[in-house]
Amino acid sequence: MLDIAIAYNRYKFLGNEFLTWLWFIIETGPENLRRHDADLVSIAVGNRMVLENTRNNTKETVTIKGDNAGLEEGRLAIKKGALVAEIHLSYKTGANQFEFSLKGESLNISSLKLPETGPIETPEDLEGVVLEKIYLIEKVVEFANGLFSRFVHLRLSDAWDSQTKAQIRKWAGSI
Amino acid sequence: MGLLSSRNSITRYKVSGQLDGPVHETVYQGLKQHAIPKIEDEGSESIVGWTSVETPYAPNFEGYSFVFGTYMLFALRIDKKSIPPKLVQKYYTLNVSKHLADTGRQYLSANEKKAIKENVINSLSRRIPAVPNVYDLVWDYNSASLWFFTNLKAMNEALETLFVKSFNLQLTRLIPYTAAVLTSELSDRERDLLQSLGKHRSEE
Repeated sequence: MLDIAIAYNRYKFLGNEFLTWLWFIIETGPENLRRHDADLVSIAVGNRMVLENTRNNTKETVTIKGDNAGLEEGRLAIKKGALVAEIHLSYKTGANQFEFSLKGESLNISSLKLPETGPIETPEDLEGVVLEKIYLIEKVVEFANGLFSRFVHLRLSDAWDSQTKAQIRKWAGSI
Repeated sequence: MGLLSSRNSITRYKVSGQLDGPVHETVYQGLKQHAIPKIEDEGSESIVGWTSVETPYAPNFEGYSFVFGTYMLFALRIDKKSIPPKLVQKYYTLNVSKHLADTGRQYLSANEKKAIKENVINSLSRRIPAVPNVYDLVWDYNSASLWFFTNLKAMNEALETLFVKSFNLQLTRLIPYTAAVLTSELSDRERDLLQSLGKHRSEE
């Protein structure tokens, strides 16, 4: 295993490529994500996205935010070689609605908003609420893990270079 | 930042190794041994230790109260003294003026100024209480996974250090590389490709 600091810098691109692919899948075929969550109702880009273009040894950042923000700028940035560095997602599975952000370079989850859980009115309520929260967080973590794992296998297959890259470029260019 | 907050930030970890002895008792001993001290050490700038989620200002792990079903829930607490720079400036200026008046001189050497500043910081540090910050964690021993409820780098590093000291188990942060290697069940061919991909990118 590589040293964590070296691995962090060397493989940042992998996380950013993952988020770029994820956005592409969300826009072009979200039903494909059901294999990672049979109860998936919907998944959509939320109110924030950050893209980075690090080509030519310079870093250019595009931030799109707002509840009804158009994402055309993002696709244009991808067309120019940028990758998604951070994405806010709105995810519904069964009756549960989640919101969270994923950061490409670290795969950290932030701004995670869970569905309402029961109130803690007595000390006896605590265990139930803790377990309910853990169950809900696990839904998000497992979904994200499943997606990342699927992406990694695709990224390391011949199909990435022969098909997926061209499909993403075509999608980004179709605005 | 905690499990019961309305919004969460989570850093995910993989735990390597096995505990020597019964899980709950070994964790209990580790928590107790490295719990945050109840009495503040006036001299130190920051102290780090474990605490309980229910009573973060009075750590209590008795009766395995950190066990919830198959999970363990406890918290890292960091008490840090933070002296506002303007306060340092105020007392430094007052002390320099007094020193000049006492000695009848017009200037102080760089070393004298440095010594006055250090005295001011030490004196304020003893008087100012440390600010506590509490970050929960959930540890699923069976699946060797751990969620730490913050993304702050300094807190992540504090957790990694204290965890190995307390339980003699290594934590690996799940970043793209480690998530691919440790959780994606790669074949040998895929592992080789991943290595060469990283090498190729770092040479670009």
